[in-house]
Formats: sequence, C-alpha cells, structure tokens
Amino acid sequence: MIPLIKIEEPGLHTTIQDTGRYGMQQYGVVPSGPMDPFAFRIANLLAGNAPDDAAIEITMVGPSVRFLENCVIAITGANLSPTLDGRKVPVWGSLYVKKGQELQFGKPKHGVRAYLAIAGGIHTQKVLQSRATYTKAELGGLKGQPLETGDELPGLTLPDTELSKRKGKLLSEKLRPYYQSHHMVRVIPDEQESYFTKEALQTFYTHSFKVTPQSDRMGYRLQGQKIGHKQEAEILSEAVAFGSIQVPADGAPIILMADRQTTGGYPKIGTIITHDLWKVAQLMPGHTLSFQRSSVEEGHLWHEYETNLLKKLSVSIQQK
Amino acid sequence: MYPLISPLGDRAVRMTFGDRLTEKANDSVQAAYSRLDHAELEYISEMVPGYVTLTVYYDPLKAPAYNKMLHQLKNAAKAGQPLESDFSQKRHLILPVYYGGNKGPDLEEVARWNSLETEEVIKRHTGATYRVYMMGFAPGFPYLGELDETLATPRRKTPRKKVPSGSVGIAGPQTGVYSVDSPGGWQIIGHTPVRLFDAGKEEPVLIKAGDLISFKSVNEQEYEDIFHECEKGIYRPSIE
Repeated sequence: MIPLIKIEEPGLHTTIQDTGRYGMQQYGVVPSGPMDPFAFRIANLLAGNAPDDAAIEITMVGPSVRFLENCVIAITGANLSPTLDGRKVPVWGSLYVKKGQELQFGKPKHGVRAYLAIAGGIHTQKVLQSRATYTKAELGGLKGQPLETGDELPGLTLPDTELSKRKGKLLSEKLRPYYQSHHMVRVIPDEQESYFTKEALQTFYTHSFKVTPQSDRMGYRLQGQKIGHKQEAEILSEAVAFGSIQVPADGAPIILMADRQTTGGYPKIGTIITHDLWKVAQLMPGHTLSFQRSSVEEGHLWHEYETNLLKKLSVSIQQK
Repeated sequence: MYPLISPLGDRAVRMTFGDRLTEKANDSVQAAYSRLDHAELEYISEMVPGYVTLTVYYDPLKAPAYNKMLHQLKNAAKAGQPLESDFSQKRHLILPVYYGGNKGPDLEEVARWNSLETEEVIKRHTGATYRVYMMGFAPGFPYLGELDETLATPRRKTPRKKVPSGSVGIAGPQTGVYSVDSPGGWQIIGHTPVRLFDAGKEEPVLIKAGDLISFKSVNEQEYEDIFHECEKGIYRPSIE
C-alpha cells in the first residue's frame, strides 16, 4: 500500500465513503456511506472496482487532488466542472491520469454530490469494519474527519496493462440521472401518519417544500406549509431508516439521510423509496421537493430494477 | 393482537409490542429479538430494538414475497422459548454528573416546568436506578427508563444544533446521556465526564441494553478530577 493521491485543497466537505458500516445500528452506530448510492456505485464500476470499495464523496465545492502514481479514476454524480491540469474531463467516465497531474473542480453545473473513485479503491484503515467517514462520532476516513490539505490517501498501484483496460469507460447518456432544481420523490406512508391531521397529509402530498441551508449528510430540513399534528408530536423512540421523513412539533419535515441518528422520537409521515434517494441527495438549499404516495411493492420493483441495471453495467463495462 | 407489523420504507419493517412504555412490552421486544436472531432468516440484515418496537432491516432481493415475509416474521417472533430476563444478573453502573450551570442549561427549565427547586430535581434524578431499554440515536447512547414522573418535561420545540457529548438530558418521560456531540431536542440538566463511546477501544460501547444505570451528583472539583482521569484513560465508573 502506497500513497496514491494527495489533497492540495480540501473543498467544502470531501469525505471517504464505502457502502457503509452495517450491523451496528442496535448500538447506535449509523451505517453512513454515500448520500447518492447510485452515483457512488457507478463510480466504482467505471473504475473497475468492487461495488463496496472506498471512494471520495465531494460536496458542491470540489477539492484539488494531486496524483502520486499513474492511475485510473472515475468521476460520477454532480457535474462540478472537473479539469485535469486545466483540461476539461468527462463526468460519468473513467480516465487515465499520470503521476504528478492535478485534478480540480470548478463551478457546480448540475447536482451537489460528485464521486471520485480510484482504480483499486482507497485503503485507509477500517474503523468498526468500514472506511466510511462519520464525522459526528469521528469514525472512518482519515481521523473521522473530512479530508484536509496535505492528506495522502493510500491505495494499490496497478500495472499499466491493467490500467489501460480500465480507462476510457463512459456511461451511456440515457442512463445518466438528470439533476434538476425540483424533484418529485415517492414515499411509503408510515403507520404514524395517524399522528397528523387530514389537512396536514393533504398538504404534504400536494405542496412543494424547500430545502433549507440546514441540510447536510445527517438530514434535510424542509421549509413550507406547516405539517400539523393532531395532538402528540412525540413517539416512544424507535429505529428510523435512510429516507425516513419525521416531523417535530414545529411542523417542518426533516428527511433523514446517510449520517442520520439510528433512532428518533418524532412521528414519521413516511419513508422515501430507496431508488429515489439520489434525487434528494443531489438537491441544494433553495431547491424544492414534492412527495407522491407509493407502496412497499413499488419500492421493491424499483430496487430490483436498479440492482439488475448495475449488474448488467458491471458485465458490459468489464467486456468492453 | 401484538405484534403489529408495518413498513418502514422498502427495506425495513417495524414490529410493535405495545402502545405504552412498560417493562413487559420491552421484555417482548428483547424476546422477539432473540427468537428472530436464532431463526437465522437469511434476508434479515440487522435488527434494532426500541422501547416497544423491534425494527427488522431486510434485503428485499433475498426475502420471499412481502406478505409471506410478514407472516414468517410474525410467526418467528412468537415461536420458541423467550429468554427470561434475569434482573439479579444485571450490571449496575454509577455515572458521576455535574448538574446545572453551563453544563446543564435546562436544569432550571425542568425545575420550573415541574414546580420544583433545582436541588430537588437533582435529588430525584440521582435517587433512581434506570434500566437500559435500548441503544440508539448516536453511537453508545442508552435510552433509560423509569424517570421519576415528577421530572418529565417535553423536548425543546426546536432542537439544538449541537449538544456536547456527556450531556445528561430529559425528554418527555425519558432520561439519557449524549454519547457523542450531536444535534438534539432533549432538556439538558447536567454533564458526565465519562465516555460512553470510544471507537478506539476493543469494546467501543460502555453501556449495553439490559444494564442498570444510576447517576451521582459531583461538585466542580470532583468533576474536573474525573474529567482528567477520563482523558488519561484511567477512570473506571464504579460498578455495583
């Protein structure tokens, strides 16, 4: 294991993530992992990695990264205008980079979160069996924190013959998600919707809600018409999920994201289907969301569709 | 009637064993956890006990048809012998706490809400032994039961953006200790210097579901001393 890349400028909130730290939610340890699991997985696929290898999550303002060895990288997710030694490079593709070259990011064009995968994966030390960064409890990544200037990330040096096999992959345009300033997401109603008035449920499913600046990897606080409770605005604390929407007494919904608390004490109006989580993850403050009633069955169908798509892509990327 | 079962999104279901916080309902949760654990259903990825709920996370690609899965989970949660909870065997940890001041900014609010003197709040909070019903919210965070009902205080209307780790709080009929810095809506009445979560340790979590916890009021000097012992890693909370 040798240092593969060096952080010259850290960007706004740049973290190492893998698919997450599972199995410890009963001790209060949240899985973390990528905010946009779809773009994360595609980045690894394009770099020829295993889907659960560690990669870098970039938020709005990208880092400047110096490569210390020849390698292949893949960038997916938000278009943050990446350049290599000043020359534009594609998003949703893999490319060969030479030792000494510098990757930078510019203006955010579409979306918020980009993923940078390095062929062979990032090999920082695992904490509680995962490399995913969880800053609240300082777990994973490097010292449990977002990347800083001077940080060096270890990885594998791959022979040039292997690197040339992995470079130049591009995800077909029609499979790329389109990041907009408004998204509709599908919600599986929770039995706790009985805590809300009829009018509140009507409002929730017919109005748009704005993403506030108080939105991060932990959760998105929304602003809009008040979602009123019948009486109680508290429940006995219990487990929550990625995409659960809870509503505290002030009537402003909170969408729980990758670094959520494992349990919560506010009634949940519902949980967003797994397949639609990327839509939330790529919205920035000021953007809007609306909600549509869905079902467990619909959630499962889309989860299956996404899993099959990733399998097919994996095969076709390896064959090309 | 119980357990009730309902979806939490498309990758988890919640089994409910009661509508009020009782030891009996929580015993049912623990029993269902152990039965499902022993059933070794391959689609279960993890389980999280709550006060009166057991949330089961599953892999939809490994699970049978949804209704069939619900049926299977319900049956497995009821089948077989429950593990008797043996309270005489429980570990009893004593946590030192500095109450009030800037370490417990909501102590006066809790006193005011319940029409008590702050000294009386401290006396009643330290007078009880608390059962650890569940873990969650943050790494190593214990949810404790049986708060003296004369101390119950609603959560803050708008949660704080940052509550420091070690903060001791009250939320409705519940009391607990923040194990890491975190946003949260609990009323904060004091602070313990003892660390409940340390990822670097072989056993990262100090308290486990099933333990008993008490609080002991310490003065500023004792607090500082214990704080420094914790920093050096030489402090051990007393266990009865």
